Amino acid sequence: MPWNLDDSRPIWPQIKEKLMKDIVSGVYRPGESFPTVRDLAERACVNRNTMQRALSELESDGLVITNRTAGRTVTNDEELLMTTRKNLARAGVARILKEMEELGFSADELIELIISEKGDDSNEG
Amino acid sequence: MKDNPILECVNLTKDYGAMTALDNVNLKIGRGKIVGILGPNGSGKSTLIKLANGLLKPTDGQILIDGQEPGIRSKEIVSYLPDKEYFGRWMKVRDVINLFTEFYSNFDRAKALRMCETLRISEDMPVKSMSKGTLEKLQLVLVMSRNAELYLLDEPIAGVDPAARDFILSTIINNYNEEGTIIISTHLISDIERILDEVVFIKDGRVVRHSTVDQIREQEGKSIDELFRTEFRMTAPGEEEARYDW
Repeated sequence: MPWNLDDSRPIWPQIKEKLMKDIVSGVYRPGESFPTVRDLAERACVNRNTMQRALSELESDGLVITNRTAGRTVTNDEELLMTTRKNLARAGVARILKEMEELGFSADELIELIISEKGDDSNEG
Repeated sequence: MKDNPILECVNLTKDYGAMTALDNVNLKIGRGKIVGILGPNGSGKSTLIKLANGLLKPTDGQILIDGQEPGIRSKEIVSYLPDKEYFGRWMKVRDVINLFTEFYSNFDRAKALRMCETLRISEDMPVKSMSKGTLEKLQLVLVMSRNAELYLLDEPIAGVDPAARDFILSTIINNYNEEGTIIISTHLISDIERILDEVVFIKDGRVVRHSTVDQIREQEGKSIDELFRTEFRMTAPGEEEARYDW
């Protein structure tokens, strides 16, 4: 199944984000081996150079490590994984804030909304 | 990897009588890339592919494959998928595969057989009994089973269903040697743009844009497909007023 990509943005950053999410959420576990470019390109249905670029970025961020013999593995650096996770969360929150601002909600109103929405979900009382 | 361009056009012009199909085209295509030649019907895409393949001769200027004019050597390193079927109707899959084995020294027979098997195309299947989609897949399997430096695919996904199209796209992604370049001519852009490195827009026989896909998306903030529709928009008489921009 080809990955969902946004038409209006370059492809490689989107691939990178998707892989980052998969790494911090444990689809690929710390220290375990990471799929090959070829494999990932096929899954995403994008060309190998694009996938290569995304992987190079992950490597320079340190999230993925290339070993001369064993291929690529996911980093074991828990701190880096945690920071990455937080950064992704921040970016997500910033997106929602901006969207809600467009709808005319302030940050405080948004927090209230989130709390009440969360309350509904957990069926309190 | 060699670093000279695999394909180069120098002031390339092709006339058909009074009609100019390609008008002073200058273009360089590097190695290890998947490149889309995009343009509406009649823009000169097929003419360019046929010139690269040596089926047509330039009226003026040059087209070079690995630094040489198309000829015996380029036939060795170019694998061409025509936009029409070209097998004898009497042939079975076996005959077609034998033909390719005999004809091309760089044809990987084992690979072709393997791919046919995944597609459940049996060697006994007569070509004339095949659906359009199956036939397209078979042709692509044969073309991609050659160990070539340049693959020229003329409209590889025209008129096939979405499942066949997905197969064709993944075959393209997976089955070329890493140093090879694939040139795909098409007007069906949205289906294909995510597998492309570069695009060349052709309009009325001229190259109007040559850029990487990511550059275009970055600069224009839109997909190649959208950009194509904007740049090649044709307005029917009287339609001007009615259209509206989002």
